[in-house]
Amino acid sequence: MSANPDFEPAVGRYLHLPIQGKPHRLYVEEAGAGIPLVCLHTAGADGRQYRGLMNDAEILSKFRVIAFDMPWHGKSSPPSGWQRAEYKLTSRAYVDTIMAVVDALDLDKPVVMGCSIGGRIVLHLALEHAARFRALIGLESGAHAEPYYDLDWLHRPDVHGGEVCGAMISGLIAPTAPEADRWETTWHYMQGGPGVFKGDLHFYTADGDVRSRVAEIDTAKCPLYLLTGEYDYSATPEITRDLAARIEGAEATAMPGLGHFPMSEDPARFLTHLRPVLARVLAASKAS
Amino acid sequence: MTAITATVEGIAASANADTWLVHRGRFLDATFLLGVGDTSYLVRIHHGRVEAIAKGPFVMPRATFSLEASEAAWRTFWQPVPPPGCHDLIAMIKTGALALEGDQLPFFANLRYFKELLALPRPSAQTAAAAGVR
Repeated sequence: MSANPDFEPAVGRYLHLPIQGKPHRLYVEEAGAGIPLVCLHTAGADGRQYRGLMNDAEILSKFRVIAFDMPWHGKSSPPSGWQRAEYKLTSRAYVDTIMAVVDALDLDKPVVMGCSIGGRIVLHLALEHAARFRALIGLESGAHAEPYYDLDWLHRPDVHGGEVCGAMISGLIAPTAPEADRWETTWHYMQGGPGVFKGDLHFYTADGDVRSRVAEIDTAKCPLYLLTGEYDYSATPEITRDLAARIEGAEATAMPGLGHFPMSEDPARFLTHLRPVLARVLAASKAS
Repeated sequence: MTAITATVEGIAASANADTWLVHRGRFLDATFLLGVGDTSYLVRIHHGRVEAIAKGPFVMPRATFSLEASEAAWRTFWQPVPPPGCHDLIAMIKTGALALEGDQLPFFANLRYFKELLALPRPSAQTAAAAGVR
């Protein structure tokens, strides 16, 4: 027995809330105090991707870092009746889920930072709900992604879903990532439920295409920061630069030595890019 | 510059010495065609062991699937820290540097196995640094 257990600062709880009129049970983790910073995980993964932020004393002294697992992901449950339909994430459901969580937690002008599908949905948030947010941060963000392999391989009975999802995304991690964080990131994908990664990619590769609307994003209402890893071949730095070029006032930064999961594959390296962004969010909050 | 044939043929010994790789491939029986520029190799795998790597040309090669890229692409892929887009088989398929054809089921069912098998010629960054390889 240890009198002084080595707990991390994060505390996880289950939140009950309605989303699109249906009861849901979501797992929500948080640490720190200050400006709410809601973190959105990638397709087919969960909030553990933000463990680096959740353990950074400097960030936790100024931000209340919140990561929830999307329905179907991590420790969140799928809604009742899930067994009768194929899971397919839509832009509408994704925005409604985020707004439901923000409302349920009564967050006052939070920052939302999302990666991959999360980096896409912050664009939808910027279009639909800019006034509700203090800043939006898109990691590995693009207005659209073309599928580059047959997504059916991710969910079929003769291929192990966990094995193939883990192996499929392994190359999206930069070769320089620390081994332990690389394989932790892969493990999250190996743990996803059947068809969940594929269902998220429905949003990523089809339903969430926002190319025709991104020019309408008003960064004067809500600043938009875009950070993309150079080893990301899904949402490449070029795709992010193209996105930023369409949005007046959006800022794009390429992150050398990082891939598609910067906060999870190499938290220390990622934080060197995130800290200046958070410093600007803080400065703007103090000024207003 | 290492002769590319020695590099490719060296995959067999490296793979069979990796007991964890062989274990993970224990349900895998396949012969795939590895194309390196104009040269083809037939890689025969049985229960996860690489039984043979035969160098072409072949008159009528039989393979479950094929993976073909230029010699330059494979050399880049095998660098200790390959540049973005050349660091992963799926990345190379996306860019068009690598062509995957044939029956893809054994490839995707054993995707980690094939990614690691084909990365075997890549020296680790630490090993390369110690040996002065850049």
